[in-house]
Amino acid sequence: MEKETCTFSFCARPEIVEVETDLLLIGGGMACCGAAYEACRWATPKGIKVTMVDKAATDRSGAVAMGLSAINTYIGENKVADYVKYVRGDLMGIIREDLVFDLGRHVDDSVHLFEEWGLPIWKKADDGFSLDGFQARDQGKAMLKDGGTPVRSGKWQIMINGESYKVVVAEAAKAALEYNRKATGMAQNLYERVFVVKLLKDANDPKRVAAAVGISVRENKVYIFKAKAMINAAGGAVNVFRPRSVKEGQGRAWYPVWNAGSGYALGMQAGAELTMMENRFVPARFKDGYGPVGAWFLFFKAQATNALGQDYCANNLEETKKLYSPYAEKMGTAIRNHMMMMDMKAGKGPILMNTHTAMAELAKKMDAKRIKHLEAEAWEDFLDMAIGQAGLWACKNIEPDKVPSEIMPTEPYLLGSHAGCAGFWVSGPGDIPGTPAEWSWGYNRMSTVKGLFMAGDVVGASGHKFSSGSHAEGRIAAKAAVAFILDDSGYKPTIKETADEIAAELYAPYEMYEKYKTYSTDPLVNPHYIKPNMLQARLQKIADEYFGGVSTWYMTSKTMLEEGLKQLEMLKEDAAKLAAKDLHELMRCWENYHRILSIEAHARHILFREETRYPGYYYRGDFLAIDDKNWKCFVNSVYDAEKLSWEFKKVPYVQIIPD
Amino acid sequence: MPSFVITEKCDGCKAQDKTACQYICPNDLMVLNRDLMKAYNQEPDQCWECYNCVKICPQQAIEVRAYQDFAPLGGNVIPMRGSDAIMWTIKFRNGSLKRFKFPIRLTPEGHLGDDPYKGKPEPDFSKLKGPGFFTNPARTE
Repeated sequence: MEKETCTFSFCARPEIVEVETDLLLIGGGMACCGAAYEACRWATPKGIKVTMVDKAATDRSGAVAMGLSAINTYIGENKVADYVKYVRGDLMGIIREDLVFDLGRHVDDSVHLFEEWGLPIWKKADDGFSLDGFQARDQGKAMLKDGGTPVRSGKWQIMINGESYKVVVAEAAKAALEYNRKATGMAQNLYERVFVVKLLKDANDPKRVAAAVGISVRENKVYIFKAKAMINAAGGAVNVFRPRSVKEGQGRAWYPVWNAGSGYALGMQAGAELTMMENRFVPARFKDGYGPVGAWFLFFKAQATNALGQDYCANNLEETKKLYSPYAEKMGTAIRNHMMMMDMKAGKGPILMNTHTAMAELAKKMDAKRIKHLEAEAWEDFLDMAIGQAGLWACKNIEPDKVPSEIMPTEPYLLGSHAGCAGFWVSGPGDIPGTPAEWSWGYNRMSTVKGLFMAGDVVGASGHKFSSGSHAEGRIAAKAAVAFILDDSGYKPTIKETADEIAAELYAPYEMYEKYKTYSTDPLVNPHYIKPNMLQARLQKIADEYFGGVSTWYMTSKTMLEEGLKQLEMLKEDAAKLAAKDLHELMRCWENYHRILSIEAHARHILFREETRYPGYYYRGDFLAIDDKNWKCFVNSVYDAEKLSWEFKKVPYVQIIPD
Repeated sequence: MPSFVITEKCDGCKAQDKTACQYICPNDLMVLNRDLMKAYNQEPDQCWECYNCVKICPQQAIEVRAYQDFAPLGGNVIPMRGSDAIMWTIKFRNGSLKRFKFPIRLTPEGHLGDDPYKGKPEPDFSKLKGPGFFTNPARTE
């Protein structure tokens, strides 16, 4: 195909805004908010400038934008070592235990801050029932940091009134940034509605990042942020696989629909080493509305059964053990999915969450007032974090105390903070006994690219952080990044690309559209270009059919992956013909390019790992079992964005916390 | 459930530089038609139904209508977000109603003022490279 270039002959030339800072935070979710709060405290007395760039409004950006009904990682009365064992069990035996332990020993401090900032946390009443945030306050219940007793839904989870969780956390982050801005004399250090498209390497050191470049989605501006260090917390990837919804419902992704794999793409293009990108997450959730099931299982003690009323785990555990022992016995998230799907494939669906029997059982011990409170708790679980599920129940006349509801495994997602661990290989803390020396290269959470730190969903082999852990990890990375900047104070970031070259690259889809839009009478159907929504549709179809999406029951193989990768390569070439009619679509174009890179990494990792490590998430039909002898290891890769080539290797797994 | 804007109620936020819904939407979906001075959702199939536009709209002009590719018509969920609590009204297809009220925060907005570190320890730079935050050391077991 003919190569197109952007010379601004057709589209408007953007204003170039160059920002020089010391520490750049890319993203605005929980991890970057944590990073801002911690970084600004250490940075400000040293005159270090901290800048955050968020593609949305920080009050409601990232995965917690809607709110949450629980904080899923709070160690509290438990042991950090037990947290590591739980994460290891759920993620089929392969995690970076140094990172997970480090997370566990830090996370509670963030939860204590949330409570101090005003997040209402449920407390246990003297009679054992639960109190919401108002009731707990009115009854003078102690804060968690002072020994208050949270309402545990599971061993690690605590219940909250979390509608404004992100607002409360963002407020502290924004105040911290403002504190740093005033002291260091910057004109502005929070850039909202700026979408970072790629990272640029240092002109003098190809192993180091020096700048992040992006577009305003509201104004004709291209931003060049030069920084001594960066924290990439731009999130995982959603809608990379064809979703189960066929039309407008695909917005109701389980994971936030705006997380386009930017976190992966930014690091990959800078040459950062990936780990465990073969991992994915397939949540089993209430069908279509994707409302949370955790509280139903753990807090309301509901049983999920097949349509015949049988426990699908009991039905299938013995069979599952044949291929997946000793992991099957841990009954992790993937394994439970696997057993659910065995019954679904046997025609014993739909699978039902028996909300009605659970509530009837709980109500036995309650008076009318308490039953009313219980009903409110059940609805709040949705209204705090998956409001559409409440709407779907309303549309279908479903009252959870009267009838059961269908649950189902969703389309796959790529992430590293929930029950998944796809991400980058980062330096660990270095002080945990038993850790290989080569797992730490001086600065905690720094990737293999100098100056590029990672936090939240993009840190690999370290899942089950959730919201609180992502915040804490942002803080860990921020503190290390400040140390890095202080150790290398003479560094000045320089890039070889000119501002014009950068603008031309970022605005190419805009130029493409303006150049060709009048060729056909309907600009939507035009042979010269591809619109971002069609590129996304093709990407989803390829991923779904060849890389183990819902249409093949998550099944793939060497031959399927290789065919899919061929088609993906042509899609990647076609991305050079993306066309954007406005700035909003320009963002969509680059988001979908980020999706392509994320899914390519995922597929190539699955191809390299010749076993089925995550039954219930995906299957290699040609290697259907878990093969600990050959594959109890990390799979790491590096992408070369210039040569479009990949390098893969196995990295030995090391157990640090004994069984 | 994509959000939608009720024509009669939307006043385009009276020609401020952007509307409240444009400001808040995490997915950049809401736009203002300046000729009509009415906002609309430009990409309903990318709407996560997070309700942030619904909650923030000063005219209560935004609601959500269920995704029609899987939801029957007739249900509705309406929030009223106050300074410390939120009220929800859920209307079922069969007409029955439920109402709930939940806390959202226990501090007033802006409670941190201009010093988010008030009462917090100064950073101890001798501990910059070890575990722990400026607030507290890491847990040991």
